[in-house]
Amino acid sequence: MGRYVLARLWQGLLVVLGVTLTVFVVTRLVGNPVDLMLPLSASAEQRAAFAQQIGLDQPLPVQFARFLGDLATLDFGQSLWQRRPAAEVVFERLPNTALLVAAGLGAALVLAVPLGIIAATRPDGPVDRVIVGAGLLGLSMPQFWVGLILIYVFAVQLKWLPTSGSATWWHLVLPAVTLGLAPLARLTMLTRSAVIDELNKPYVKTARAKGMPRRRVLGVHTLRNVAIGVLTLAGWELILALSGYTVVVETVFAWPGIGLTAIQAIQRGDLFLVQAIVFVIAGIIVIINIALDLLFKAIDPRIDVR
Amino acid sequence: MARGAHFFDELVRDKAAMLGLIGIVTVVAVAIFAPLIAPYDPAAQDVLARLKPPAWAARGSVEHLLGTDHLGRDVLSRLIYGSRITLMIASAVALFAGALGVTIGLVSGYLGGRADSLLMRLVDIQVSFPGILLILLIVSVVGPGVTTLVVVLAITNWMIYARVVRAIVLQSRQSAYVEAAEVVGCGPVRVIWRHILPNLVAPLLTLAILEFTNIVLAEAAVSFLGLGVQPPATSWGLDVASGRDYVFIAWWLVTFPGLCIVFTVLSINLFAGWLRVTGDPQERDKRFARGVARRRPGTRAARAARAAEGAKP
Repeated sequence: MGRYVLARLWQGLLVVLGVTLTVFVVTRLVGNPVDLMLPLSASAEQRAAFAQQIGLDQPLPVQFARFLGDLATLDFGQSLWQRRPAAEVVFERLPNTALLVAAGLGAALVLAVPLGIIAATRPDGPVDRVIVGAGLLGLSMPQFWVGLILIYVFAVQLKWLPTSGSATWWHLVLPAVTLGLAPLARLTMLTRSAVIDELNKPYVKTARAKGMPRRRVLGVHTLRNVAIGVLTLAGWELILALSGYTVVVETVFAWPGIGLTAIQAIQRGDLFLVQAIVFVIAGIIVIINIALDLLFKAIDPRIDVR
Repeated sequence: MARGAHFFDELVRDKAAMLGLIGIVTVVAVAIFAPLIAPYDPAAQDVLARLKPPAWAARGSVEHLLGTDHLGRDVLSRLIYGSRITLMIASAVALFAGALGVTIGLVSGYLGGRADSLLMRLVDIQVSFPGILLILLIVSVVGPGVTTLVVVLAITNWMIYARVVRAIVLQSRQSAYVEAAEVVGCGPVRVIWRHILPNLVAPLLTLAILEFTNIVLAEAAVSFLGLGVQPPATSWGLDVASGRDYVFIAWWLVTFPGLCIVFTVLSINLFAGWLRVTGDPQERDKRFARGVARRRPGTRAARAARAAEGAKP
């Protein structure tokens, strides 16, 4: 078990190194940080001074070494836009994103499992058809559009909920629904097909033959076997949400998380802040992946952890 | 040819898949014949006809069926031309990502050993990259544009092709016909080209069509954020973004481009879902059993199907 965790940590470290190398190449070799971050009106001396300040006058290997060293101490440089350390901005905004993702995906998971089971136990019936149809529609809609339509209906027309911002708990409802809709659709479809497949297996017939009630077969045997697949997808949804969906949803609803901050930083040419956000998200994704693997081992002892 | 006819027979029987295919054909036809269908130039501004609602609304007129935007541009014409850029970007990305993924998958699966574990590790690492955030970082450095978007989406979406191809190659490498080909002295290139590649065509086609939906949605999202397609070019995502400021007074500016995206993605999903099931013998069995059960309740096949799905006795 310990060796397994170590191996996964090593792989996680490789991912972080890969992200680091990519970010370094993209920001230092493809683009020029000085041009990106200073206004066009900056003089040649100002440019040179800034280049020296962030270490651009050093040879590339030295730059990369310093880059790695700064990362190891969570020093992402100063945010030019906020005029304070980029790490501080990221960790200040992170809880808002965590709240949004937890609310959206949590609701999706809680709803998806019962909906999927209901559909699976009545395949091709009217209820199943409605659920499958709604699911297909749900994963065919772009999130930014769903968000704007929800704003138009519930905030502009009905005036039940606020359009944007994060002042009260009511502000969380529309962004969370927008974020959770596509994951809800995918999780429901997966639960449905996994339960249908599982109910096909011989052990279900055995359990039913010895007189076990259907409900109990589902609850005791089937769900445990379906859980791994559903949780794998839920973990994947979590990663997808963190690595992109939140950017769109937070932009639509002006929700002050790191996705919105990333867009604002890009618009202001605040490279260090963008970089800091990419790193923190990459780190979180690595941790989630490891945690999920360990969770699966706990659910299904047959999984080999070497 | 007989196989093609059989395939079409099955397609006609599935209403949802047929609707999906009709939807796809419609979007493609609209994109190809855009200049013939569009009533106006999508970029032509008309200050006197700004923010006109659709024809059926109170102040609407038949001149602009779906109304006009804040610069007096015809919404319908913009949507028609928007289909072009969406399909172009998605096809280009599918082609590039597919080519890269297939090459790496073939090499990885055929060579095996060190090369395989190295390439698959690369896939693992790239799958864990924060996707859209990385796209945003690259676009913010290189500058937005169609070329950047295609390249970046291709680099972030090739991994699934590599995985699928590798799995199929590993499977067919162990088959008797590949072994026979190697025994009679076929080189690796010939084995891959003549004996392995044909096995890949159907699953890759299905995968590419399924992936198409992801690319269409990603292109729309990045363009919506202002980092993809740039004006004066048109894109559905871009149109939603520019209509966003008018959501209080002009609902049609946000609604129609979004509906176009939903229509396209839903059509592809309906068709691709059916295609996936049709290409998989196990799934076909289940579908067949269910179909029999529906048509002739009470027969043995129907009971078998019910049992198979655990329905109430």
